[in-house]
Amino acid sequence: MSRPKPEPVHLVKGRRDAALRALVSGVPYIRFLGISFDRRGDELTAVLPYDDKLIGNPFIPAIHGGVTAAFLEVSAIMELSWTLLWEDMEAGRIDLSAADPVLPRLPKTIDFTVDYLRSGLPRDAYARARVNRSGRRYASVHVEAWQDNRAKLFAQATGHFLMPDREE
Amino acid sequence: MDEAKLKQARHFIEAIPHAHALGMRLDAIGGGAAELSMDWREDLVGDPRTGVIHGGAVSALLDTCCGAAVMSHPEAPAGTATIDLRIDYMRAATPRQRITARAEVYHITRTVAFLRATAHDEEAGLPVASATGAFTVERPKGGAQ
Repeated sequence: MSRPKPEPVHLVKGRRDAALRALVSGVPYIRFLGISFDRRGDELTAVLPYDDKLIGNPFIPAIHGGVTAAFLEVSAIMELSWTLLWEDMEAGRIDLSAADPVLPRLPKTIDFTVDYLRSGLPRDAYARARVNRSGRRYASVHVEAWQDNRAKLFAQATGHFLMPDREE
Repeated sequence: MDEAKLKQARHFIEAIPHAHALGMRLDAIGGGAAELSMDWREDLVGDPRTGVIHGGAVSALLDTCCGAAVMSHPEAPAGTATIDLRIDYMRAATPRQRITARAEVYHITRTVAFLRATAHDEEAGLPVASATGAFTVERPKGGAQ
C-alpha cells in the first residue's frame, strides 16, 4: 500500500501565509496600530512594535491603556478568525490566488474585559490568544500580552464574540 | 463651564500622543465627568465589508474619557491608570459618524475610582457601547496618605 506523497512544505507554508496575509491586510485599523502576526504552524503571536504615537502618558512614558485594549482585541479577533478559517484553508476550499480572496466574515465583539497588570513600557509588545469555547453562535476568547518577559504579563483580557453567519 | 479650565484640560488631553493620533477632542470636563469625541476615519475601520470602526478605537476613546473624568474629580488625584475596563458593544457604530464618549466617576475612595461610560454615534438613543471601569487614584507625593 502506498501512502499519498506529502504536500511540499513550501506549498503548505505559502498557502497559510497567504491566508493570514489576506485576513490581516483587510483591516485598516491593524495597519494603523502597526500590528503584525508571527505564525508557527497554526499558532499566532501578535506583535505590536513600539511607536511614539502609542503613548498615553508622556511623563512615565507608558503605552496608552486604549492601545493595550485594542491590541488585545485585535489579537483575539484574529485568533478566532484564523481558527474558523483553518479547516477550509487546509482543505483548499479558499481560492487564495484571487486578487481579493473571499474570506469568512469577521466575528463581532459582544463584550471585552481588560485586566491591566502593569504599565506598558515603551517597547514592543506581544500577545497570544486562546479560544476557550467556540460554538455555532458564540465564542469565548482569552488573550495575554507581555513585553520583555513571557511570564510577566502586562495585560490580559477575555472577550465574547458573535460568530459570523456561515455563508453557503 | 470655566472656559480657561476647559482650555487647559484640552491641551493636556491633546498632549497625549495616542489621543492626538486618533484625533480626540475634549468637549466638556469637570466634577468627575468628561466628554470626548473623535471622527470616523478610514484608517480606523475594523471590518472593511461594513466600514464600521474597530472596537479597539472605541475602547481607546472610552479609556481616555474615563481617565480624564478621574483627573477632573474634586478630590484631585495626581494621576490615574486603568485597573480594569469592561466594554459592552451594543451595536455597530454607523460609518462616517462622529463618536462621542461620556464618562463619570460614580464612586471614589482614597485609592480607587469607579467609572461608568457610554459611547454614542450621531444617532440619539441606544449607545454604540457602554463601559465600566476601575482606575487607580494616585496621591501627590508627600501629601496626606
